[in-house]
Amino acid sequence: MSTIVETHEDHGHHGPAKGLTRWLFTTNHKDIGTLYLWFSFLMLFIGGAMAMVVRAELFEPGLQIIQPEFFNQMTTNHGLIMVFGVIMPAFVGLANWMIPMQIGAPDMALPRLNNLSFWLLPMAFTILLSTLFMEPGGPNFGWTFYAPLSTTYAPDTVTFFIFSIHIMGASSILGSINIITTILNMRAPGLTLMKMPLFCWSWLITAYLLIAVMPVLAGTVTMMLMDIHFGTSFFNAAGGGDPILFQHIFWFFGHPEVYIMILPAFGIVSHVISTFSRKPIFGYSSMVYALTSIAILSFVVWAHHMFTVGMPLAGELFFMYSTMLIAIPTGVKVFNWVATMFKGSISFETPMLFAIAFVALFTIGGFSGLMLTIVPADFQYHDTYFVVAHFHYVLVPGSLFGIFAGVYYWIPKWTGNMYDETLGKLHFWLSFISVNLTFFPMHFVGLAGMPRRYPDYALQFADFNAMASVGAFIFGFSQLLLLFIVIKSIRTGKKASSEVWEDAKGRGLEWTLESPPPYHSFTIQPEVK
Amino acid sequence: MSSHQQPYYVPKSSKLPFAMAVTMLTLIIGASTTLKPELGPFGENSYLVLLTGFLMMWTTMFFWFSQVIKENNEGLNNLMLNNSYYYGMAWFIFSEVMFFFAFFFALAYIRNFAVPWLGGEGEKGISNILWPGFEAHWPLMVTPDQAAFPGPEEEMSFGTAYGHGGLAGVLGWIPLYNTICLLSSSVTVHIAHLGLKNGNRLQFNLFLAITLILGYSFVVLQAIEYSEAYTQMGLTLKSGAYGTTFFMLTGFHGFHVCLGAIILTIMLIRGLRGHFSHDDQFGFEAGSWYWHFVDVVWICLVAFVYVM
Repeated sequence: MSTIVETHEDHGHHGPAKGLTRWLFTTNHKDIGTLYLWFSFLMLFIGGAMAMVVRAELFEPGLQIIQPEFFNQMTTNHGLIMVFGVIMPAFVGLANWMIPMQIGAPDMALPRLNNLSFWLLPMAFTILLSTLFMEPGGPNFGWTFYAPLSTTYAPDTVTFFIFSIHIMGASSILGSINIITTILNMRAPGLTLMKMPLFCWSWLITAYLLIAVMPVLAGTVTMMLMDIHFGTSFFNAAGGGDPILFQHIFWFFGHPEVYIMILPAFGIVSHVISTFSRKPIFGYSSMVYALTSIAILSFVVWAHHMFTVGMPLAGELFFMYSTMLIAIPTGVKVFNWVATMFKGSISFETPMLFAIAFVALFTIGGFSGLMLTIVPADFQYHDTYFVVAHFHYVLVPGSLFGIFAGVYYWIPKWTGNMYDETLGKLHFWLSFISVNLTFFPMHFVGLAGMPRRYPDYALQFADFNAMASVGAFIFGFSQLLLLFIVIKSIRTGKKASSEVWEDAKGRGLEWTLESPPPYHSFTIQPEVK
Repeated sequence: MSSHQQPYYVPKSSKLPFAMAVTMLTLIIGASTTLKPELGPFGENSYLVLLTGFLMMWTTMFFWFSQVIKENNEGLNNLMLNNSYYYGMAWFIFSEVMFFFAFFFALAYIRNFAVPWLGGEGEKGISNILWPGFEAHWPLMVTPDQAAFPGPEEEMSFGTAYGHGGLAGVLGWIPLYNTICLLSSSVTVHIAHLGLKNGNRLQFNLFLAITLILGYSFVVLQAIEYSEAYTQMGLTLKSGAYGTTFFMLTGFHGFHVCLGAIILTIMLIRGLRGHFSHDDQFGFEAGSWYWHFVDVVWICLVAFVYVM
């Protein structure tokens, strides 16, 4: 028995291992969170470079730089990388870092599984990116990979794509099982669910959504694999199947996926707005109920992505109204954020700037989404740049700004050093202006009828496209500034106190730990009153 | 949550997860290049990469599970960690439920929408202009394009078995015996569990062994059913939407039965070695949860694939 006790004491105090093996074999939630965040940062630049190729080609009408075949590969891989390689891993990285610290746990519940869920991702993306260097080229059927484009007419590399999606799905499922287990099982005594920080709540719901829909995505790509290689006819009408079945199953995954990419940002923004308004969040329990309702509703709205595909009228009406319902809980959240700021003593540090921009610009994306739910209007908007503008507004100044807000908010806690506030503000203003310059004109060209996914366009769209391209390049290069700010904060900077932000101690257990926190967050669980 | 005196066990570091990630990389390279040898560097030998991947997978899993069992035997797992394992398994099973949901969804859509529309029924019946003269029916014996997807000559449904031979036909219907095997095995695994709870090792080992016999019988019966389908009924993966949904649903289920049987076999070996006690039985309980889960899936299969 004594040997066991020794092992425990030994493990309670050990620090990180030295060298590369620390990162390969780690079971520590902070190390794995760091890995996730750096991985998503790297993928942001890879996926961003692809977006730059797309915008360079679209700078003026006509074909100048690349061939249409390569353009298709760029748009497809840009989408896949940004969804599966940037936004999702960045949120998982934040979850890894923050959830054990926010709930008073020593680590994640299943540390080895945690390591596996991270290391599956580089493997999956190695395979996905390697297809770009193969003879038939990489995936070129859009990130939604509709059959039969992705089955009958797909390049041969689609097989590699299918298996890489399987691995990404496995990574997400394992990661979510871990997060959900950590939140449900490892909370400090006294920390009831309805006292839990909203970031943990948002991740509890997100993890549930991931476990529910990632297997459906795995099923979809498995059906593709069988259709391509084993002669089944899921998506082939000649055998009694239906290509539209693909869209139904894909969007049954795809729509909850949309919320998977935004709910954790809701959580982050709630913390940031509360801290810098120096007020507790307004309507905590309504925030929790709104998150939950969004998650439940997200399972019954999927066909609003496919109004023009030829559905019975009853289906169109059902999916139109159910989609509009989602605006209600989302409106509750926006209202609560604004009400939290109302009469608060607001200060505008970088995280707060990103959070306020999030609220404003995400709401624009939400409203254009509401326009798209209207079936007769959607027949006009479908597959135009209006849709591109809509989902980039919710994903870039939405999810990505949410991630930026979280990084600036917590980086003093992670590194022990404050980031450079002046550079942070510069990064914000460059990003804020350029993101609007990039995506706002897309509303106009979309409403005027410019279709998405083409490398060329009619002359009347030239001015707005040139503006969008200039904005995109400014936005892309501004992110190098973030890289510099992060590295600077790791190396030098004003020492951060354990509280970091004024009066933050009452706003979460993470602010009771020193900055940087000990290698294992809470070896002894704190009591929460 | 009464375990605060004993710290939560966090392994120092582990080579196993990274080994597993490399294994998965090997597996998907092997699988992709086996299906598309011209795209990989291994040519006709690509299947060897796939086999290596499987070998690596079983090896890594063996060491991983041995490690966890060893830690448990050393008493490192406190109550909270044990709970984490239970939560983990429950949510894993939920993910499996959703995987099957995708295939049941496909079946429901094809039966209720795709095929009737192709046959000219309902609001979207205009699809019939694709293959004029195609008539909708289920099971789909004549596909829209018989040259590309020749429909099956016979099918597996309960109705047909009964219609052809009445009671005798039903008695010769393999899924009946599959159902008996699987449903009774769910009962026997529960009796084994009761034995473990009450400290009756003999009952535990005996009924777990019976469960396994029933489980493996199911697999054998399904193999017989498949070989009949392929050799005598012209029912294959390639015979249109009926063959597609039939084999994919029953096939994935059969695969999960095999997994469950392997898990329970390991639990039997552990039981015979004296592992588990009335308050330390996560491995077995996880296996038996999994077994009940494949049982529930089978009931849905009988309802939606065989009977309705």
